[in-house]
Amino acid sequence: MTSLAHTWHMTGRHLRNFSRQPWYIAFSLVQPVIYLLLFGALFKRVVELPGFATTSYVTYLTPGIVVMSALFSGGWLGVSVITDLERGVLDRFLVSPVWRGALIIGRVLQTALVTVIQSLILIGLGLLVGARFAGGAAQLVALIAAAMLLTAIFGALSCAVALALRKEESIIGVVQFLLLPLTFLSSVFMAPALMPGWMRQLARVNPLNWAVELGRAQPTAGDGSLLLSRGVALLALAAVATWLATRALRAYQRSL
Amino acid sequence: MAIQTRPQAGGATAAPPELAITAHDLVKTYRGGIRALDGLSLAVEAGTIFALLGPNGAGKSTTVRILTTLARPDAGSARVAGYDVVAQPDRVRRAIGYVSQKSAVDPEATGRENLTLQGRIYGLRGRELRQRVAELLERMGLADAADRVAGTYSGGMQRKLDILMGLIHRPRVLFLDEPTTGLDPEARAELWAEIARLAREEHLTVLLTTHYLEEADRLAHRLAIVDRGRTVVEGTPEQLKGELQGHTIRIELAAAVAEPRIQAALAPLPGLREVSLRDGAIYARADSGGAAIPAVLAALEASGVPVAAATVARPSLDDVYLRYVGRALDAATGKETGR
Repeated sequence: MTSLAHTWHMTGRHLRNFSRQPWYIAFSLVQPVIYLLLFGALFKRVVELPGFATTSYVTYLTPGIVVMSALFSGGWLGVSVITDLERGVLDRFLVSPVWRGALIIGRVLQTALVTVIQSLILIGLGLLVGARFAGGAAQLVALIAAAMLLTAIFGALSCAVALALRKEESIIGVVQFLLLPLTFLSSVFMAPALMPGWMRQLARVNPLNWAVELGRAQPTAGDGSLLLSRGVALLALAAVATWLATRALRAYQRSL
Repeated sequence: MAIQTRPQAGGATAAPPELAITAHDLVKTYRGGIRALDGLSLAVEAGTIFALLGPNGAGKSTTVRILTTLARPDAGSARVAGYDVVAQPDRVRRAIGYVSQKSAVDPEATGRENLTLQGRIYGLRGRELRQRVAELLERMGLADAADRVAGTYSGGMQRKLDILMGLIHRPRVLFLDEPTTGLDPEARAELWAEIARLAREEHLTVLLTTHYLEEADRLAHRLAIVDRGRTVVEGTPEQLKGELQGHTIRIELAAAVAEPRIQAALAPLPGLREVSLRDGAIYARADSGGAAIPAVLAALEASGVPVAAATVARPSLDDVYLRYVGRALDAATGKETGR
């Protein structure tokens, strides 16, 4: 019960601080929007190649961009850990009886909730430029859930890396290095059938790709088993990543 | 070391003073082989203010980090509020408040929000929490700024908020790690008054670290001088100053003179001790400064040492520090200054 209450209070802290800088949402969406509009236009005719299940590239691309945006949000979460660490806020909490998990889960939950807002904006924009969701509301719910889980996975991992490196420049370097390769080694922009073999193999083990597959699945058209397997995998990974980040927090304290 | 329990005369069974903090032979070595603590021990009676005095790097903050369960000792043991800091960290955490050396306020939250969250961690809720928060903000004079984001506070205000966060859950023991470092003298004096008053009103045991001699003298019932990871001497400020019997004599020189010449000139004088030369002045100790001065001045004149001024003073903590650590403490920076 205490752990739940502490998680609730910590989530509240991050949500409140976030609500003081709502323009962050606009800032964070610049890159995904550019990808959605420019790539959407640039590769408009790529769907004429065999391998795409749709005839509209923005329909194919929009779930991918939603998931990519979720990856970016999660990836940068570690920076907030560094900020708390440098301000002494983290040590203050560690001297208190706060449940350690809440220090990780609170910020992961907040970021996942921000992902919901970002996803809704990107979906709306996608609809405006012609994207269609054949699976209807059920598909949108699955897409947003996948985006939240992906944020949680990479958010927790980012916290773990931040606690290990403890320097803002280091975490920025690591995240910069990983985000784009993770995005391109997936079916965000391109149908797997059209990828080189080695890329397709890597995409298969890329959690980002699981989330994209989940977001494109048609719950009402027999994609149930795909939804289930990808959903369970993402959920399990989110749990493992959160556990890892909590371990990293303990390792940080042991080094003091 | 402190005498922890005094034998009671006549077999009376008065309880020995309750100890809120004890530490035995704490050792802590950091990566790179830096030995921050090298067998530090201390004991603090409940309800008193205890100061750890020493320069930066002496091991004060490390001691506080271990006693507050933030860090673990490599060897040795410590109990706070009756609980072992290594074996029962959760019990210790509930019983203590901690104000770190650097301010730890969340600058994006208001003062009230900072305090409220801190209170919730300790299980305070609802009306009780709201009242406690309002009462503390009022008492520290932060009520007007309570709903402003803490990032807009002055350094002194942030420090006050830090202290309130350490107090929100009515801890039994409060740790203050250099509470007034970086504050201007006015804010510092104000905070001293607040700390003394809060400690009294909340029936707190306070362990504070400082490199301001004046701070230890003003606030602490007892103090320990820490150097190179060990407690060098411990006692009340009065005891420590009293151990340096008599007076400190200071003779300001009109021109630079080599120390051996001064030692040679003053050596024959009976009752004159600990003669030293630093910063162009002779320092010495005597049972009665007034009686010793004429002989000292005569001896210096006979040796041709030019004297500019002479003063006699009761010993200060500065003298105590110099005697036990063998180096002077520069209170402005906390750095040791060579003799």
